[in-house]
Amino acid sequence: MATKSQAANNNKPVEIVDRVTIRFAGDSGDGIQISGNQFTMATAFAGNDLGTMPDYPAEIRAPAGSLPGVSNFQISFSESDIHTPGDAPDVLVAMNPAALKVNLRDLGPGGTIIVNSDSFATANLKKAGYEANPLEDGSLEAYRLIPIAITQLNAKALEESPLSKKERDRCKNFYALGVIYWLYDRPLQTTLDFIAEKFAKSPETVAANQTALKSGYNFADTTEIFTSHFRVRQAQLPPGEYRNITGSESLVLGLVAASQLAETPLFYGSYPITPASEMLHELAYLKNFGVRTFQAEDEIAAVCATIGASYAGSLAVTGTSGPGAALKSEAVGLAVMAELPLVVVNVQRAGPSTGMPTKTEQADLLQAAVGRNGECPVVVLAPATPADCFSMAIEACRLAVKYMTPVYLMTDGYLANGSEPWRLPDLASLKKIPVSHAADAKSFEPYQRDPKTLARPWVVPGAPGLEYRIGGLEKAEVTGDVSYDPVNHERMVHLRAEKIRRVAQDIPPTEVFGETSGQLLLVSWGSTFGAVHSAVERVRAKGKKVSSVHLRHISPFPADLGQILKSFETVLVPELNLGQLRLLLRGEYGLPVVGLNKVQGRPFTIGEVQQKIEELI
Amino acid sequence: MTPTAPPTARPAPTRQDFASDQEVRWCPGCGDYSILAQMQKIMPDLGIARENIVFVSGIGCSSRFPYYMNTYGFHTIHGRATAIATGIKCAHPELSVWVMTGDGDGLSIGGNHMLHILRRNVDVKIVLFNNRIYGLTKGQLSPTSELGKITKSTPVGSIEHPINPVSFAIAAEATFVARAIDSETAHMQEVLKRAAMHKGVAFVEILQNCNIFNDGAWDSLKDREVKSDRLVNLQSRKPLVFGKNRDKGIRLNGYKLEVASLGSGVSESDLLVYDETETDSSLAFLLSREGRPDFPVPIGVFRDVVAPTYDELLSKQIAQAQAKKGPGSLKDLIYSGMRWTVKANGTSV
Ligand SMILES: Cc1ncc(C[n+]2csc(CCOP(=O)(O)OP(=O)(O)O)c2C)c(N)n1
Ligand code: SF4
Ligand SMILES: [Mg+2]
Repeated sequence: MATKSQAANNNKPVEIVDRVTIRFAGDSGDGIQISGNQFTMATAFAGNDLGTMPDYPAEIRAPAGSLPGVSNFQISFSESDIHTPGDAPDVLVAMNPAALKVNLRDLGPGGTIIVNSDSFATANLKKAGYEANPLEDGSLEAYRLIPIAITQLNAKALEESPLSKKERDRCKNFYALGVIYWLYDRPLQTTLDFIAEKFAKSPETVAANQTALKSGYNFADTTEIFTSHFRVRQAQLPPGEYRNITGSESLVLGLVAASQLAETPLFYGSYPITPASEMLHELAYLKNFGVRTFQAEDEIAAVCATIGASYAGSLAVTGTSGPGAALKSEAVGLAVMAELPLVVVNVQRAGPSTGMPTKTEQADLLQAAVGRNGECPVVVLAPATPADCFSMAIEACRLAVKYMTPVYLMTDGYLANGSEPWRLPDLASLKKIPVSHAADAKSFEPYQRDPKTLARPWVVPGAPGLEYRIGGLEKAEVTGDVSYDPVNHERMVHLRAEKIRRVAQDIPPTEVFGETSGQLLLVSWGSTFGAVHSAVERVRAKGKKVSSVHLRHISPFPADLGQILKSFETVLVPELNLGQLRLLLRGEYGLPVVGLNKVQGRPFTIGEVQQKIEELI
Repeated sequence: MTPTAPPTARPAPTRQDFASDQEVRWCPGCGDYSILAQMQKIMPDLGIARENIVFVSGIGCSSRFPYYMNTYGFHTIHGRATAIATGIKCAHPELSVWVMTGDGDGLSIGGNHMLHILRRNVDVKIVLFNNRIYGLTKGQLSPTSELGKITKSTPVGSIEHPINPVSFAIAAEATFVARAIDSETAHMQEVLKRAAMHKGVAFVEILQNCNIFNDGAWDSLKDREVKSDRLVNLQSRKPLVFGKNRDKGIRLNGYKLEVASLGSGVSESDLLVYDETETDSSLAFLLSREGRPDFPVPIGVFRDVVAPTYDELLSKQIAQAQAKKGPGSLKDLIYSGMRWTVKANGTSV
């Protein structure tokens, strides 16, 4: 077994480190995402806490070796609880000159660069815009540069393979991965198993890739380049069963869970768009869960079919990204007026317009909160981490059904594609979602409201004696008949607003990290949780006082939020837009709020947030 | 929740049972009244319980229709009724789902969704009120308005080529396509019943008069003196004969249609025998193109073919998945993929 030989070969000293951040970079065709995912699995099995972030070009097959064709995968792993895929990588693994050029500026000073030196030939250097070979011209002196002739070493290791030269060459990403596995003391087994399964149809391919992986590992062990390797101790994670999960995956599981908890079949209407398509793909597989997926002709049809399904009694969800969310707005207004449960998932990406489809941003918050015609209140929620998408998907469905309202669930590209270990929930602990359909014809009025939630009854066609007509025209209170009465309209506008306000009674008390009053409070929402929380942790670890609050509920705000904000001298809102939550908080509470804003299609680093905190205290 | 056959305990419904308590608010004399009346008349004959019928509409005068039917009804947003109806039918296939739409609602703002519901063959019945004008917004050009038409938005005449709704539906391979006229009430009832009985998408264009903004748009087909010469009522598997004295017919000359006078050497056996069940839609399309002044306008059923419906295929895929894999287990789904356990002492295995 590999693990044994591995143990037998381990004859170089091991250095213990507490956290490592590695970025794999290469051509989109180089298998970078596979390498990253494999390293992630091995790391999860080694018991570290971790966070990952893939970053790939929008072009499917950008020209090989070109700068736009570079695909990245970053992972950070640690012996302690971490919340982000790391700021600057400690190690950059660059498979070609373009990958080096694109990523060098992110590498921390003194960082390690491992390159495939064979790929630094004239043609590739030219494609990356290098005039001289950076491996030779001294320009990388500030870093620890480790050139390895991966192409040649891999070819040599596979001399005996019956595969063609081209096929053998394709194994080189596993060779490189083997080197990194040795360097960070990762077990090979999960990846050996993966290779065996992935290439099961071709035993020669399995053998070649496994050999490449092991050869890379053994090379690192024997070469003089590396005098020692590193170990990150197991993290003290809470006991339980774990799997590594992306936000897209956990959101889908949350929707399926909600459907079971509500005992109501799931309908998912969508139109393909990056980075939301994965949800449609995953749900389309789950037909035996009674999930009906509908790939519509556009986002308008997707949300409309979903509203139709809700009207007909399904748990109705539509997923998209910014441009699609823009198309859905008129129909969301209809669901507000008809008071039907609807979940709209917006996996935000950098905008406006087509923007940067594969890059992350949080600039659709106002679109969700207020971007519709008329006074059109909805619930807005946002998960904090990839695994949190599971719980928040359930929460979105629960509130939609309970309050008979559209709910926006705001994730983003970073949450959808990023991953972290997920402690699998005890299913018995998940609360049922009560659903009742009106059935008693005698007492039925379409807009008779529940006194506590103000929700109207959910009536499913097929119920005898309850035949009723609704639509987007203003309703008379209680009867739901069409009404142009001015006083009635005003009352209905207030009722719809009040209904959303009452959702606050369902929001758990806000948790404040740190002291509950003082000089500085950070307020974050959505995917910035990791960077903000870590930055606050770091500053507090230095003995300074700073607190933070992370919002999962944005419309309405939690009932206790105003009091918390007022207990601090300064409120800082870091967000990946020009200050959208800040605007909402100022509007709601009339307090001065400071912003930390970034719109580069990338998440915050911990350092950026930390620096801002230190400026303010 | 699953609807059953009409309960025998209840008395058979009448036309009045399908009328809601809402006051009908179309302009006096509007062709929409006739369509409502014919629909209420045929409903009791369909044998579908009221609670299992849903009328869905977009926006327009025509789209007010659901308020007047004592069934389930959803008056939605402009152009999207077809998409909403698709969701209703897919989520709840036992329902009888109808879409009431206008020439603007169904073919302008909703043209995209119309194309897709037709090609998908979702089992929804669509009735398009074609008054060749925007009624509710007070008289602008519609996609079926004729070239040169003067309207509020085209004061010196339209420069747009109109679309023919029946041609559109046939080109989209709708499995049932028909045309009726607001004033031909018995014929409309027949067509609506046929649409209701068709399994799959049904598209019915009704030539409707808007007496306020486009009065007389269809008069040339309504005049008692000439209408038998201006209309040909499609009868499946019968020769295409028309005319006051049934002395004219339509025949194929190469791939062109022409009018032939019967007698003088031409007999019914020389005429085109039309078959609405023909899966190749070419001939149906050819007939639908007719608008020449010397040529009669076909009414009745152009196409009625059998094909699997979208909603049925969707339900089938779910049933097959459940038969093969069993009903999904959330536990198995969540506890899948590569997993590891962290023990209470912090070690991972
Ligand atoms: C998004 C949107 N755009 C425009 C309108 C205004 N509008 C309402 S009905 C209509 C046209 C209706 O024409 P048609 O479908 O032919 O119906 P008719 O009134 O003639 O029956 C328009 C443009 C609207 N309600 N919604
Ligand atoms: S405007 Fe025309 S279509 Fe509308 S109700 Fe009046 S007559 Fe009928
Ligand atoms: Mg019209």
